[in-house]
Amino acid sequence: MTAATYDKPLPPPNEESRPFWEAMKEHRLVLQKCGACGKVRHYPRPVCDACFSMDTEWMEASGKGQVHSWTISHHAFHPGFKGDLPLVLVIVDLDEGVRMCAQARDLDPEGLRIGLPVRVDFEDATDDLTLPVIRPA
Amino acid sequence: MWSLRDKYAIAGVGYTEYSSKSGVTVLDLATRACGNALADAGLGADQVDGVISYTFNDSVPAMAVATGLGLPGARYAVDYQAGGNAANLVIQAAAAAIEAGLAENVLCYRAMNGRSGFRLGGGRELTARGITQHTAPHGWISYPQAMAMWCRRHMIRHGTTSAQLGAVAVTCRDNAALNERAMMRQPITLADHRNARMIVEPFRLLDICLESDGACAVLVTGAERARDLRQRPVYILGAAYGGGPNQGDDLFDAIRWPDHDHNYSRYIADDLWRGAGVGPRDVDVAEIYDCFTYSVIVQLEGFGFCPPGEGGGFVQDGRIARDGELPINTHGGLLSEAYIHGLNHVVEAVEQLRGQAGPRQIDGAEIALTTAGAMTCGSALVLRN
Ligand SMILES: [Zn+2]
Repeated sequence: MTAATYDKPLPPPNEESRPFWEAMKEHRLVLQKCGACGKVRHYPRPVCDACFSMDTEWMEASGKGQVHSWTISHHAFHPGFKGDLPLVLVIVDLDEGVRMCAQARDLDPEGLRIGLPVRVDFEDATDDLTLPVIRPA
Repeated sequence: MWSLRDKYAIAGVGYTEYSSKSGVTVLDLATRACGNALADAGLGADQVDGVISYTFNDSVPAMAVATGLGLPGARYAVDYQAGGNAANLVIQAAAAAIEAGLAENVLCYRAMNGRSGFRLGGGRELTARGITQHTAPHGWISYPQAMAMWCRRHMIRHGTTSAQLGAVAVTCRDNAALNERAMMRQPITLADHRNARMIVEPFRLLDICLESDGACAVLVTGAERARDLRQRPVYILGAAYGGGPNQGDDLFDAIRWPDHDHNYSRYIADDLWRGAGVGPRDVDVAEIYDCFTYSVIVQLEGFGFCPPGEGGGFVQDGRIARDGELPINTHGGLLSEAYIHGLNHVVEAVEQLRGQAGPRQIDGAEIALTTAGAMTCGSALVLRN
């Protein structure tokens, strides 16, 4: 699908987030890591909140994590998602110590629980956009 | 910590009709509510030199309202870029501004066409820009979805049930039934809650607040001045604002919050009670920010009415009803009166402490708590008559 026919919100990458989205296109999950003290952070940000260093590296993340919380959305709130209901939205505690949010795939809503092991997978939404999704580990 | 105990007071409150279609501009609503607060206090506009408001890009600037009211010289006109978390902060700020000599009589207002105009629950996160590029593309767009994550974690960790959420919804509606200005006055039962349409699990339609057009205004002045005005003064005993670590890039963003099983209230409670010199047991009526039913439960825990995790049990068995141990949201709250972003809770607390709440009056109410906010930051007041 091209961006022209895609009817959901498109992320506009900025200076901080571009490496994240570029890696997504290659089906890789990368996270920012402070070049000075090593603290991992997400979402992408300009400065380390532990030591204020602007020296940033991008590291390959394991993609492994556990469910922190979730919701099942029966209302779309944006017309682009009406055909996808219900949405299973998950916040994941990644093994790297940060959280991220994405839609779940192949996760039985009845079996969802805090701490459930999951992994990050990738879905090509348009020619230029790949989104992370959450699958059972 | 708040060091102005009893030095400042709320001398007037005003509001417009609450509706789903006001048919007038937000400036009109704001000006009317402020004018009504001045009439209530018996204070002339020529005496007002401060105006404070908060906006989510859905309101009009304080200076426009100062102009609309014909204030001769607004020395202090300030807009907070904030949501419901600021509903009590503006009053704290008004007292602080007077203490600093920046103004003498300050109007605080919140005005919005929140149903017929800009709909907070629908539109804010629709576009992926800035921080929302990491949420909106997944369909994670609106506050009910955000708060559902918090509620879910609380339910799993503490056994909080949907029936307990329902107890909050039913209580608010019972109170709204006695409130002429409430938008939703038809009583509901726990069964109505149980059968309501599921919107965002675990929230059903009756767990989610209203969307409203309307405005509220509150006049803050020195305690002595207030005693010379028309109404019985309502003194600001305590005030606190804040939250915990990692409050996020905006109100929606809680990805770095320590744990979604508790919110801002846990972090500001000590400050609030120590500043006020009273504790939760002294509160006669509590107007708790209720953007969602769950928000009430987690704040009752955070402000110390019960231990962490026990808020679900606390709201059952009539304990929060008008004749219960802790009457809450006697106007119906955001769930059943109107969504004026928490300032309507202050209006109600003032009317309760003046003994003007009519059929929903809590007999002998002397101390009221108002709270504002539901996620990573918020504000609260302790008021007394
Ligand atoms: Zn660092």
